[in-house]
Formats: sequence, C-alpha cells, structure tokens
Amino acid sequence: MKVSESSVSITTLDRDVATASSLAQPIVSIKDLNVFYGSFHAVGHVTFDVPQNQITALIGPSGCGKSTVLRCINRMNDLVPAARIEGRIDYHGVDVNAPTVDPVEVRRRIGMVFQKPNPFPKSIAENITWGAKINGFKGNTSELVEKSLRQAALWDEVKDKLNESGLALSGGQQQRLCIARALAINPDVILMDEPCSALDPISTLRIEDLMRDLARHYTIVIVTHNMQQAARASDQTCFFSLGENRMGVLVECAPTRQLFTKPADSRTEDYITGRFG
Amino acid sequence: MSSQSVARPKAGAYETVGEKTNLPGRKTAANIMEKVLFLATASAILVLLALAWDILSSGAGWLSLHLLTDVPSRKAEIAGMRPAILGTFWVIGLTALIAFPVGVGAAIYLEEYAPNNRWTRLLKLNIANLAGVPSVVYGLLGLGVFVSLLNLGRTVISGALTLALLILPVVIIASQEAIRAVPSSLRQAAYALGATRWQVARDHVLPAATPGILTGIILSISRAIGETAPLLVVGAAAYVTFNPSGLTSRYTVIPMQIYEWARRPQAEFSNLSAAAIIVLLVVLLLLNGLAILLRQRASAKVRW
Repeated sequence: MKVSESSVSITTLDRDVATASSLAQPIVSIKDLNVFYGSFHAVGHVTFDVPQNQITALIGPSGCGKSTVLRCINRMNDLVPAARIEGRIDYHGVDVNAPTVDPVEVRRRIGMVFQKPNPFPKSIAENITWGAKINGFKGNTSELVEKSLRQAALWDEVKDKLNESGLALSGGQQQRLCIARALAINPDVILMDEPCSALDPISTLRIEDLMRDLARHYTIVIVTHNMQQAARASDQTCFFSLGENRMGVLVECAPTRQLFTKPADSRTEDYITGRFG
Repeated sequence: MSSQSVARPKAGAYETVGEKTNLPGRKTAANIMEKVLFLATASAILVLLALAWDILSSGAGWLSLHLLTDVPSRKAEIAGMRPAILGTFWVIGLTALIAFPVGVGAAIYLEEYAPNNRWTRLLKLNIANLAGVPSVVYGLLGLGVFVSLLNLGRTVISGALTLALLILPVVIIASQEAIRAVPSSLRQAAYALGATRWQVARDHVLPAATPGILTGIILSISRAIGETAPLLVVGAAAYVTFNPSGLTSRYTVIPMQIYEWARRPQAEFSNLSAAAIIVLLVVLLLLNGLAILLRQRASAKVRW
C-alpha cells in the first residue's frame, strides 16, 4: 500500500523538524471535494492544500460543512450512514479514497481530536497505550505514556494518578489527554474538530499554545467557530460559507494574516467583520 | 421573590406571587397521579406476595434435605427431586453455553458490522418477532430438527438446543440494546486511532455493554429455567430416578417434576410440588445472583 511508504516508525516519537523546503509542500491536497448525505449535497467543489507543519484553520458559520470536510480527510465520514463523496483527497500524493487504501491505515496516519473530550473509560495510562498497542507497539509503555503526556502538556498534572480514570479529569485536561492519545500513535497530521468549544478560556489558551508547539512536528487542521482562535493560532485559514440549497462551499483559503486583513471575497469580509454569521 | 425588592414582603405575601395561575389545578392532578401510580406498583407487589404466601404455606413444611438428595418415589414421604435439580443445571448450563456466545455474537454483528439496509432491518424485525413466538412452537421445532432429523433423541442436548433457540431472540435483542447504548463518541475515538472494527468491538463496545448484556442474560435464564412446554415436547421424562450422566442422557428438569407432582390427585403430592416450586425459585435466585455479581464486576472494570 502506498500510504505506508510515508510511515514513520511508531517507536520514535520525535521526528526531524521540517526543513524549509518541505514547509510549502502540501501534505494533504483536496481537489473538487463533494460530499453527499443521501440526496443532500452537503459540501460542494472544495479545493485546498494543507501545507506540512503548519496549522490550517477552517472557519465559517454553522452547518457549512467544515467538520464534514475535516472528517473526510481521515475517512471518519465513512462511519456516517448514507455519506458519499466525490473528488480527490490526496495524502502524500495517494488518494485516500482509492479502493486499495484501507481507512484503518489512513486513520493511523491522520489522527483526530473531537469537539467533546472523549477519553476512553479506562485509566489515563491505558488511554495513551491502547492506540499504540493495537497498532503493534512493542516498546516501553511507561516511556510512551510520559512522552505523549509531556507533548500534550499534561504530564505534570497527572503523573501521580496515571491509574485513575481518564474521565476523572477536568474538561480541559480530558481534551489534552485526547491529544496525547492521538500523539501516542505518532501520526503525521492531526485533525481537530472544534477542540476548544467545550472548554473555558484558560483551557482554550493552553490548547492553542500546545498546538503551536505541536506544529513543529505535526501538521494540524483545526475547525473552529472562534475567529480569534483562527487568527491567533493558525498559519492558513479557509473560510467556508453556505451556498445555494444549503450546500457548504469554500469561499477562500489564504495565509491567516492576509485573510483577516485583506480578504479577497466580500463574503469573507462580511463574516470576519461580524456583519454576518 | 425578587432579591432586588427593597422592602421585605410581609408574611402571607408569599401566597400569591403575581397574577392568579392554574397552579392549584396542576398540583391536584399531580397528587392524584402519584396515588394512581403507587396503586399500580402496589397491586403487582400484592399479587406476588399472595402467590409467595400460598406456595410457602403449603410447601415449606415439605422442604427437607432428602427432597434435594433423593430420587422420586410413589410415596410422597420419601420422594425427592435430585435428578430434576441436576437435570436443570445440565440443561440450563448447556443452554447458556450455546445461546450466549451465539446471541451476543449476532448482536455485535447486527450493531457493529451489518450495513443499515432493508435486509438488516427485516432481519432485526424478525428477531423481535421470534421473541414473541409461543414456547411450545420451539418445542415442536426441536422435536422435528434435533430429536428426529439430527437423531439426537430425547436427550439433554436436544433439550438444551431447544431452549437455546427459545432464548436466543431475547439474548440478541437485549445485547443489541446494550450495544446501542454505548456512546458513539467512544467508537469514534477508537476508530480515529486506526482501530479495526473488531478491535473497537472487543476493547470498547463489549466492555461498556457487558453490564447491559448481563441484564438481558439474567432475564433469559429466568425464562429458560421455568419452561416446561418445549421440554415436554422434546421428550424430557416425567419420572426419572437416575442422575443425568452426559449430553446424551435421558433427563428431567425441575418444572417437569413440579408438573408431574402437581397433577397427582393426592394432597401430599400437591404440597410436594409447592416445595419443589420453592426449590426452583431458590435455584433461579442463585443463578440470577451469580449473574448480578458478574454484572457488578463488569461495571467496575469500565471506569466511567
């Protein structure tokens, strides 16, 4: 399978910091993506690139298909009944929807953090190790737990209670546990679906700081309702809007500073200045 | 009462706050409904207590150790039910061994694997229908398939297979409900880590659903243990004086023994059957107690 050519050994958590030349390289490339739920055309003709080791923010009003697009990238949308997609999503040049590509393999490379923190009803340590174990991890699990929790800036808060339930943590800690869990299988790309919408402002800022740290090693795509968050934390921003027949469309995708200061489209300007949405 | 009000309201001013409302009427209706619902609960409990009293008063005097350890006899004073008790453990044990893996497996398939299409829906509907089929019909099925066609004869294994078929729909439906109650966010979290369907089912869905599945299993065991009609049809014997010795042994079960004693004209035997009913209830409570213990241990493993 071609996807696995890009595989990084799961036992090495640190990877080379991207070189200047790879910065501009798209790691995920979406071309003319259309998503249907039954007969409803939910997302139409979306095209954009996700550059490596950068944070791409997807913003826009509710129901415009941001989360749908995000879930298509690691084929989590396959789990939605009656969902169907057209178009291409290339990951390192391989179409993730090709019949020869196993969605399990795609999800193992492209991790995900959900809107509501959803730790497993298991201990903190097991939350980290489960994903690694099912993917064949044979190394030292306590090292893996510490490394992942440190990367997610959670280690100091939980190091004395690794055997307590992950659900005993606060909401913000649970979300960082979910990030640590995603990091433990050493993905390439991390998709975040409104990861801060259930959190208080302090936890939100901690997650944003964390994202900046993680972007040195990982590529991040984040859906957010919070424009300030996109402006603060992302390198590139894509603005989605509702088109005809409630179909979600991509209005424009640009470096974040440019999108927020000199938007190319009047719809973007209306949205970011608060005249709409 | 508003905290912003400057002057403290006088006593009695609390009674009407603002305009007159329909609150008194709603309160009356609420009180009446509470009593009606209490009566519904009380009537069920009362009937149960009356039954228990009836059984205990006629059977308690006949409870003795030899009732448990002796074989049946034509003399009520020395008659026991050891073969029936052992037969029930054999048949119910085997029924559980057959029905639970198959039933839970079917439920996992239907909820976690099967595509949501017309055939799956038809299948689910018919499993629900099967749960409502009278038990004697399963007896006829068992007689035709296990006793005659597969030539298993009137043996423990025929009885167990028949009862397993009988409780299978209940096990499947209860397990499906339990599996469906597992939050989908848990599945999503696991799938997003690159897990296969089986890894998700084995490590997350099943542990979280186990307490609910065990509740269904308790109900289905309770049903199987009291069944007489299907076993009568597939040839459980009424008068057995030897212990069941294996899968192909002839056998009887406690409900058959109760039936056998109850239909005799002598008063001593009808008291004996009341005693046997008490034994059946105790066995049932023991098995349910075991299942509840397992359920608690399973709940403790999932750390919500």
